[in-house]
Amino acid sequence: MSVQQKSGEHGSVASRPREQWTGQLGFILSAIGSAVGLGNIWRFPGVAYENGGGAFLIPYLIALVTAGIPILLLDYAIGHRFRGSSPTAFRRLGGKAGKWLESLGWFQVWICIIIAVYYAAVVAWAASYFTFSFDLRWGDDPGGFFITEFLQTSEPGFSSQFVPAVLIPLVLVWVAVLAVLGSGIAKGVQRANIIFLPLLVVAFLILVVRALFLDGAMTGLNAFFTPDFAALGDPNVWIAAYSQIFFSLSIAFGIMITYSSYRSRKANVTAPALVVAFANSSFEIIAGIGVFATLGYFAFQQGVAIDELEGLTGVGLSFITFPAIVSQMPGGPIFGALFFGSLVMAGFTSLLSVLQVVSSAFQDKFGITARQASIRVGSALAIVSILLFSTTTGLITLDTVDQWANNVGIVGAAIAATILVIWVFRRGPELAAHLSAVSTFKVGRIWQLLVGVLAPVVLLYMLIQRIIVLVTEGYEGYPLWYLAVAGWGTIAVIVIGAISMTALRWKHDPDDFTPWPSAAALKELKK
Amino acid sequence: MTGIAITFFVIAAVLVWGGLIASIIFLARQPQVKNYPEGSELVSDDD
Repeated sequence: MSVQQKSGEHGSVASRPREQWTGQLGFILSAIGSAVGLGNIWRFPGVAYENGGGAFLIPYLIALVTAGIPILLLDYAIGHRFRGSSPTAFRRLGGKAGKWLESLGWFQVWICIIIAVYYAAVVAWAASYFTFSFDLRWGDDPGGFFITEFLQTSEPGFSSQFVPAVLIPLVLVWVAVLAVLGSGIAKGVQRANIIFLPLLVVAFLILVVRALFLDGAMTGLNAFFTPDFAALGDPNVWIAAYSQIFFSLSIAFGIMITYSSYRSRKANVTAPALVVAFANSSFEIIAGIGVFATLGYFAFQQGVAIDELEGLTGVGLSFITFPAIVSQMPGGPIFGALFFGSLVMAGFTSLLSVLQVVSSAFQDKFGITARQASIRVGSALAIVSILLFSTTTGLITLDTVDQWANNVGIVGAAIAATILVIWVFRRGPELAAHLSAVSTFKVGRIWQLLVGVLAPVVLLYMLIQRIIVLVTEGYEGYPLWYLAVAGWGTIAVIVIGAISMTALRWKHDPDDFTPWPSAAALKELKK
Repeated sequence: MTGIAITFFVIAAVLVWGGLIASIIFLARQPQVKNYPEGSELVSDDD
């Protein structure tokens, strides 16, 4: 008989056993699949280049070790010890006096809801561009094609004019992702990652090797790796490094709490976390090499220096600069298909993880199955996603919502989590002991200091700095009323959603739970 | 590539890819702890 059966708890708030990964490998691949997303391919290379080139690696690696891995371990510890979705885990962590901590979990879930509805749209664009690659549909003007012809972008606002070229692939993306989600953890999420992650790595490696043999590739790599040591004296470069690590690792918004809650109680937690963190950064370095070798070729073709190129990050890099390069390249259609195919796979596995946070939370709270959550909750999200992001204002809405959800929402959630867990509820020693008790890589006071002091200080600086900029300068020149609705309104939706969901009644008592190892056993271990 | 760019490429490769390889080897050699805390007999491996 298991501890859970003795205590009347079955590893879940539902009356059935909690789903599990089939093993270590399935979990690790799924966690890497979540961490490796669009940002690894389109954000890291440009951020590194603009913040010191090779010298950026120094703050980047320091940020990885001092904040990325420690917060990743915090997420894993919470999910693994309290064995539930984000709201369930935080409620159990809070104990009798801190049931309200569930709201922090719902705050994270609502961040995921917001991200999922627009992230799906980007995956849909990438899927469209995958097919466009074969006949170079964007022609001689990729920028004009993307903004005017493909997205049919209009002025900031909320349009009801649908764009069929976006609508159809977006519907298909939602059908696919909800089908996987409804199949559960082992048969759905894990299986999809086991297929897509190796495919992504192989496809991207072929792309990188091809890029390395292009004219000008070495010039691109020089730009990427040559260090500008003066940049290290700029605090903004350090903040850029911490931001990159933070947003890249899928930490602090429920994903890693949810994923680790599906591990067995005796699972090694910390050592796989190191594999996941270094695998994510390894892919970023590979992406940097591939992207800058390609940009080097583009600069060579244009007869300009790398620093004269525009659109080196984000949507501009992927949907404007890269198509322009593909058009000029021998074998361009294959290169384009590899690039956009990689974007689709990286985005799809990350989207799955974001939606799993939502699905898991609703399953726990309302005692429904993965299939029911996929159909009921997922379909509702799909409708919102289609209404907002397959119209002529989709691009601007996406850009604005993304800015607030990430830089205010996720950073705010991370600050709240580290301060509440470490300082208010003082669970640092218990979580450190839990990690060390079940894992081969031990953690202790240094980890608690990094999570409890360094992380919230850096994150708070990032949050305050960003809020000041957003309030005083606005964003991208969009009208103030629009930023109030689409930007700050996003934060309001997350907060109201978190409070509302916390107030609803649970189908099964989430507090009927006994953590293992017990607090007494952990204290005994420390002696 | 210039010498300094190659140097920083090598540093990145050694630290990041080396970190990945080292962490995989570490996990392979020590996949799980040898002794679990009290109560482990009541928790099945696949629980």
